[in-house]
Amino acid sequence: MGESIIDVEGLSFGYDERTILHDITFRIDEPGFYCIIGPNGVGKSTLIKCITGHIKPGSGKVSIYGRDVRDYRLDELAKVVGYVPVMNADFNVLTVLDTVLIGRYSHQKWRTTPEDLAIAHGALESMEIGDLAMRYFSELSAGQRQKVSLARGLVQEPRILILDEPTSNLDVRHQMYVSAFLKTLCEKTGMTVLMISHDLNLAAKFSDEVLVMAPPGKLYGIGPPGQIVTERMIEEVYEVPCEIIDDHGSPHVILQLRGPPHRTS
Amino acid sequence: MASIECMTSKAMADIEASVDRWISRRESVDADQKMAEYSRYIGRKVLFILACIVAAFFAAGYDLTIGPYDISIWETYEVIWNHIMGLPLDYRDDLVIWTMRLPRIVTGVIAGFGLAIAGVVMQTILRNPLADPYTTGVSSGASFGASLAIGFGLSVAGAGGLGIVVNAFFFSLIPMAVIVFVSKMRGASPATMVMAGIAVMYIFNAMTTMIKLWVDADTLANIFAWSVGTLDVKGWDHIATMFAFTLASGIVLMVMSRRLNVLSTGDESARSIGINANRLRIFSLFVVSMLTAGIVSFTGLIGFVGLVCPHIARMIVGSDVKYLLPASGFFGSALLIVADIVGRSVFEGSALQVGVVTAFIGGPMFLWLIIRQKKESW
Repeated sequence: MGESIIDVEGLSFGYDERTILHDITFRIDEPGFYCIIGPNGVGKSTLIKCITGHIKPGSGKVSIYGRDVRDYRLDELAKVVGYVPVMNADFNVLTVLDTVLIGRYSHQKWRTTPEDLAIAHGALESMEIGDLAMRYFSELSAGQRQKVSLARGLVQEPRILILDEPTSNLDVRHQMYVSAFLKTLCEKTGMTVLMISHDLNLAAKFSDEVLVMAPPGKLYGIGPPGQIVTERMIEEVYEVPCEIIDDHGSPHVILQLRGPPHRTS
Repeated sequence: MASIECMTSKAMADIEASVDRWISRRESVDADQKMAEYSRYIGRKVLFILACIVAAFFAAGYDLTIGPYDISIWETYEVIWNHIMGLPLDYRDDLVIWTMRLPRIVTGVIAGFGLAIAGVVMQTILRNPLADPYTTGVSSGASFGASLAIGFGLSVAGAGGLGIVVNAFFFSLIPMAVIVFVSKMRGASPATMVMAGIAVMYIFNAMTTMIKLWVDADTLANIFAWSVGTLDVKGWDHIATMFAFTLASGIVLMVMSRRLNVLSTGDESARSIGINANRLRIFSLFVVSMLTAGIVSFTGLIGFVGLVCPHIARMIVGSDVKYLLPASGFFGSALLIVADIVGRSVFEGSALQVGVVTAFIGGPMFLWLIIRQKKESW
């Protein structure tokens, strides 16, 4: 078997007496677009923080390109893995352009070069927020901040981009746009995107594979959306009845909170 | 691309074009035009820094003319130049300018610069607009050390002026040690550091108050005079020590400025960019504590500069620490010298201590800027 992009082996983690993650094992061998789904508090963010090396697992190990993530120097890791957490604006007192340029830290010297600027502006334009470059980050709406954070992750030019709910504050058009952009980027460049999402349909439509977390912090399964996003999985993991219909070859979830949906045609 | 067949072909074509533009970003963006725009953006910041340097230079020159011995601003520059270059000069001019007046002005320039950059770094690393040398207890520690030496002659370096200075320096480092210790115990979040600093500040303030209650009236007056701050530092060797602290810290902080910017995006984000936020915060706090201690142990407590100068400079040059440090520093120098001019000329005969005047000038200026500020910078 070849070298994995991400290899998580027997990963467990807890705070004090409370165990958050129980013996998680999976591998990502091919570049592509991967989504992590699961109910609130199931340990999705904790899992990606273990993968990015932000927190040290209680037991088990995470390898990135065959090397233990804790063995990477931080500046080395920054060139391989870009992590975009939910960015808080309370203390970000920089302009949007300066915030995005920070993502170039591991590539930059003392001076900002024309190349850095071209990359930063390119990322802002890719996220359709080129006109916000000179605005303060703290002045932006939650959705605009998410796009700036994504642009910050892009300019880092990592081989793996890990995102914590990057579309949670976006309207439907921008959710579709960002997801399709990242998916297309993976296909064209061989990049790997691993993203937490609460939108089952978005995950099902765009992901190459979906990783499902279930209470109490266990891996339910990982696989192509058509195989893993099933009525049974949603009932077992979310405890919500649903109907799955086919939407251009990918599953589309219709939740049945008040009985079966009414067909209009 | 079977999985995104649900999107319209036009939407998909737009996204593909957008991805292609991103892939060829180095060519598709007009880098020269963006660089020209960026250079203008940076140019405005540099212009403010230069304006502050010029303002500090001329304010210092004017401050040198104030006093019973009559001398023009240009003559003061000439005296200084001739003294430095070893050229022949008038003995009285040299005595008045070089020996009597210049130490005070140079102290103002150094203290203003040092305290202002300390404020920039404290506000940045603690992510708190109210952070300054007081918040971290450094000033309170210095005040207690000085009070102990003045009140009871208890000093780590013997009695006298040097004893006060060394004691103030020694005790101003204790709050930093406590903050680092507490942070290590609980994980160094900025909030933990601020709370630990405030706790230490109250403890030292209470102990200083107890000393004030136990000493006689003359000693109390001496402690009070130290606590309001002065630019009357005794001798060039003390000034050289202050300068060494400020220069060394300034260089270290400028080198670290890009890393300090990264903290603005949050600790988790900083780590993913390649920065250990906790380690950077503790090291920065150490440097800034040394810097503040190196200044306030000579000048006493000069408040306000460390709190307000970073905010005023931030409103003009923005929050990029690389530019905010020099902008705030030179603005602090200019402000302290102007405060000294006002204190010595407007209140002639009963010269107000510079710390008091700084608050009188800076307070209304700060309020005016807050009211007219359009953009939210914090």
